[in-house]
Amino acid sequence: MLRYVAKRLLFTLPILFVVATCVFQLARVVPGDPALVILGDQANAEALQALRQRMGLDRSLMAQYLSFLWDTVRGDLGLSLSSNRTVWSEISAVLPFTIELTIAATFVGVVLGVPVGVLAALRRNRVADYVTRLLSLAGLSFPAFVSGILLLLAFAVQLRWFPVVSRIVINDPLTRLHNLVLPSINLGLIMAAYVTRVTRSSMLGVLTEDYMRTARAKGLSRRRIVWSHGLRNALIPIVTVVGLYFGTMIGNSVLTEIVFNRPGVGKLILGALQSRDYTLLQGLMIVFAFFVVMVNLCTDLVYGLIDPRVKAR
Amino acid sequence: MSTRTANPMWSALASAFRTNKTSWVGFVMIVLIILAALLAPVLAPADPIEQDILRKLEPPSAESILGTDSFGRDILSRILYGARISLVVGLASILIASLIGGALGVIAGYVGGRVDRLIMGAMDVMLAFPTLLLGLMIVAMIGPSLQNLIIAIALTEIAPFARIARAPTLLLREREFIEAGRALGFSDLRLMFVHILPNIVSDLVVMGTLWMAQAIRTEASLSFIGLGVPPPTATWGSMVREGFEHILDAPWLAVLPSLAILLTVIALNMLGDGLRDAIDPKLRRE
Repeated sequence: MLRYVAKRLLFTLPILFVVATCVFQLARVVPGDPALVILGDQANAEALQALRQRMGLDRSLMAQYLSFLWDTVRGDLGLSLSSNRTVWSEISAVLPFTIELTIAATFVGVVLGVPVGVLAALRRNRVADYVTRLLSLAGLSFPAFVSGILLLLAFAVQLRWFPVVSRIVINDPLTRLHNLVLPSINLGLIMAAYVTRVTRSSMLGVLTEDYMRTARAKGLSRRRIVWSHGLRNALIPIVTVVGLYFGTMIGNSVLTEIVFNRPGVGKLILGALQSRDYTLLQGLMIVFAFFVVMVNLCTDLVYGLIDPRVKAR
Repeated sequence: MSTRTANPMWSALASAFRTNKTSWVGFVMIVLIILAALLAPVLAPADPIEQDILRKLEPPSAESILGTDSFGRDILSRILYGARISLVVGLASILIASLIGGALGVIAGYVGGRVDRLIMGAMDVMLAFPTLLLGLMIVAMIGPSLQNLIIAIALTEIAPFARIARAPTLLLREREFIEAGRALGFSDLRLMFVHILPNIVSDLVVMGTLWMAQAIRTEASLSFIGLGVPPPTATWGSMVREGFEHILDAPWLAVLPSLAILLTVIALNMLGDGLRDAIDPKLRRE
């Protein structure tokens, strides 16, 4: 197992390196002088020069690139242009809220998606299956802000069950949980649509396998056959989708946070865009890409846990 | 042309329409939406960007069927014209992404070896960026405009097309007709793009339908964030954004364009989903 982990870990390093290089490049395709873009054309020459110096733009591109790489490796993402705090302290201040939201949403997505998908597979081509397929197709068509607005209108504005604006009261866990419900249902329902579909098709494949017939012949209970023999073998594609969905989930959580006015990375991005804070955007991209690569790594590691044959390869 | 008509994939697509009701419904919906976009100048009761400050925030009525927004602009007209932006961005970005991604995938699968590893490694890196955030970053850097949105969204969707094109190419390059082509002295380029490509076009079309749904959703999301085609142009995402400010007193402002986005994305997903079932050999066998 340890060798497998080490091998997978080693494989992510070049990806992270290229990701960092891309982000560096991307942040420098701004047409014209970034200092001029940030300060506007009314800025005087001294202010422009000072900013260029602070951003290190007066050095050669290669020197900028090398120091950027070195800083990134050390976890130093630079200073935010708009707040003068470090990019990492800006991000880490709101990251827990976003992580809290994505974990809650993943919980909703898996707890709802897996059983519904299994049931749809068992009732193949019957009414329950058609309804599930139609609903999941509709579910994965929702842009996160559209579903968010509809949920907000129904449950916060009309029924008044939830606050229209999520307030995070750190000291009061109940209020905090209450504020988390609607946003995490919004994110979780969309994820459940994906999970349902892949669970259904993966289970359909497994149900026709010989070992399932053997299990039936052995006289095992239907519940045991479906949930322990069937689902366990159908798990790899499900884990893949949960892992791959993470990238989409990040985008959706940004939209969800904006709609529900929740503190988190989404509002940080919005602020960075409005104040043209390119170092903050650059830092956010690196942090997100790092998370995506790490989640993919974890997905690979989970394969090894589910299916011992994967490790051997 | 003969390689195309002989392709069982195309007849499978045709039979999908005959048997799969979902793809039919999706197809009819998307045709209606395209017609609405094309006929916007005829159908729209008012100019989509003409403001009438005396008639602002009117609820749906006989005068304006879907009401007016905070600048007194007719919402139905803006939704009809907004369809043009969504469809143009969706279609153009998918065309670019499928051309570039498809070509990269065919080259990777056909040539193999180091070229394959290089191309697919680059695609893995692109997949490490969350789609919406990559689009957001690119648009933030090069500025929001129709053309830049198309470029940004196309860039985020090259990698999936490369993957889709590569897998069947790996199988096709071992087939006799490619062997025969090689024996006849055809160039690699000709084998790749005249003989292999037509055989995977149907896969690309099906995935293109599904990814166009994704592209339209990304465009709407970017517009909602404020990185869409700049105002006063009507786009669905920016209409939701403007309407969201009046969510308490005039909820229809945000809901109506939201439904327009949702229906378009659902239509494309229904169409693409049915078509994919039809060409997936695993599902066809069942």
